[in-house]
Amino acid sequence: MSDDQSLRLDQQAILDIITPGAAVLDLGCGRGELLAALVEKKGIRGQGIEIDDDAILQCVASGLNVFHDDIDRGLSEYSDGSFDFVILNQTFQQVRKPDEVLREALRVGRKVIVGFPNFASLSTRYQLGLRGRTPVTPSLPYEWHDTPNLHFLSILDFVVYCRKNHMRIEQGLYFTSKRRVRCLPNLFADTAVFVVSRAEAR
Amino acid sequence: MDATDSDSLGIVETRYYIFAQESPFETEGGKPLSPVTLAYETYGTLNADRSNAILILHALTGDAHAAGWHKGDKSPGWWDNMIGPGKAFDTDRYFVICSNVLGGCRGSTGPASMNPRSGKPYALEFPIITLKDMVDAQRHLVDHFAIDRLLAVSGGSMGGMQALQWVASYPERVRSAIPIATTATHSPQQIAFNEVGRQSIMSDPNWNEGNYYGGPLPAKGLSVARMVGHITYMSDVSMAEKFGRRFKNTRSNFKFDPEFEVEGYLQYRGENFINRFDPNSYLYITKAIDYFDLANGKGLIEILRGVKTRFLVIAFKSDWLYPSYQSQEIARACKRAGVEAIYAELNSTWGHDAFLIEVDEQSHLVSHFLKKVMASMQTA
Repeated sequence: MSDDQSLRLDQQAILDIITPGAAVLDLGCGRGELLAALVEKKGIRGQGIEIDDDAILQCVASGLNVFHDDIDRGLSEYSDGSFDFVILNQTFQQVRKPDEVLREALRVGRKVIVGFPNFASLSTRYQLGLRGRTPVTPSLPYEWHDTPNLHFLSILDFVVYCRKNHMRIEQGLYFTSKRRVRCLPNLFADTAVFVVSRAEAR
Repeated sequence: MDATDSDSLGIVETRYYIFAQESPFETEGGKPLSPVTLAYETYGTLNADRSNAILILHALTGDAHAAGWHKGDKSPGWWDNMIGPGKAFDTDRYFVICSNVLGGCRGSTGPASMNPRSGKPYALEFPIITLKDMVDAQRHLVDHFAIDRLLAVSGGSMGGMQALQWVASYPERVRSAIPIATTATHSPQQIAFNEVGRQSIMSDPNWNEGNYYGGPLPAKGLSVARMVGHITYMSDVSMAEKFGRRFKNTRSNFKFDPEFEVEGYLQYRGENFINRFDPNSYLYITKAIDYFDLANGKGLIEILRGVKTRFLVIAFKSDWLYPSYQSQEIARACKRAGVEAIYAELNSTWGHDAFLIEVDEQSHLVSHFLKKVMASMQTA
């Protein structure tokens, strides 16, 4: 694994997955930490889309190509297969129409990397099931009234969803905030990162 | 703020470049112009390999005096907050050129200039010009400095259109373009506002088919045109903040004198405009803007395909004269054509004027972008 102290474990995993020199589109790239690391370490050709005003300024300061926009509006400016990888990390659960965004991502990219917080971890199950409270965990750090998350899904939900929608899961990586999880991820992981491609492409 | 500030360029002077003396400059409409003068200013120092030059392009009523101070003036150039030592267009790093456009009235050849064939001002004998003509004239000035490739072309509003036209006309001579608060195609609404301005000038009896030089000027017509313009440059919010419903003095008896502050402001701006702007220039330049349609026939993507110029496209959320969707179209066309582009939409309540006023975030974007362009040039 790459060792970049400024990146979270899920971001480091993505850094490892992406091949050198790839064309990468980061949907919801935030302040551009991951894209900047990818440019520096993997020599990728990177582009980001981000909706937050301050994050855009930060991305430009890092020398990134960034587009100030709402990814729910679609990716019509990109033709089919124009990227090797499209990243949807921690954005997937925040868009209004994750269905359409993922479909668009699979259209413009050969592979899509989807990362999201797991809503079925032991801690969330305990807080919701036993305490009767909306879960607040390291990967779901928000209170019910101030969360940017619009959708709450488990690792199993995503696996079933991909199967139903003819999307091929090429790889799945699971994490707590401190370490990688290899066993029973839907119970023990706080965060998941999946590499997805269109099933018909194979 | 004055000429002695450490981030000020201090006292600057406008200079003049005359060309097309022997072989005339031919306009897009096929009309010859000879000679042609461009008024221009430069700031900073051109480096040895002539690779640090930035061309700044002004808006409808701007001029060559973009930054620094003219002796005795109470205010600096129109983009002084963006151009100077340590500013966005950092004159410690870059050589900045700004010229008054062809057709203008601030030192460059325009309808108020002497027509050598008649010995009188051109007036309406001046050929119709386009933004492409303005850019072609600027190219002569850039050639004069023996600059092969500009590091950047940038401007807001009509200045942004010229930046786009530069890329379309001379893509290999522009490393980067920073079009701000602008459009690639002038819209019907934008044409409509310009037409109100033109009709106002032409309906002033003093306009006299453009032949007013040496006589009474169509000041009232130009004033109303300027008032309409100013309304479109502001926003609902910025007008409310600036003027509210306040009265100028105590409320007078009902008369149609300017009572509200906003009325007084518009009248003041309108009436003073005649002191620095030629009404015929206003007609010619607004017409050139209205003709602007970069995509004309071909589509913007086709024009941009294969272009190596990098783009930083900036829009302002409260700008309703050049709404952000028009800037998005430019940036999207770049993406589709495979041209590197950054698009940023800045928060501001100032409306279209924001590119002249709201410069903190704009400066941040421009300075980082230019450093990146400069750096990638050195590694290339």
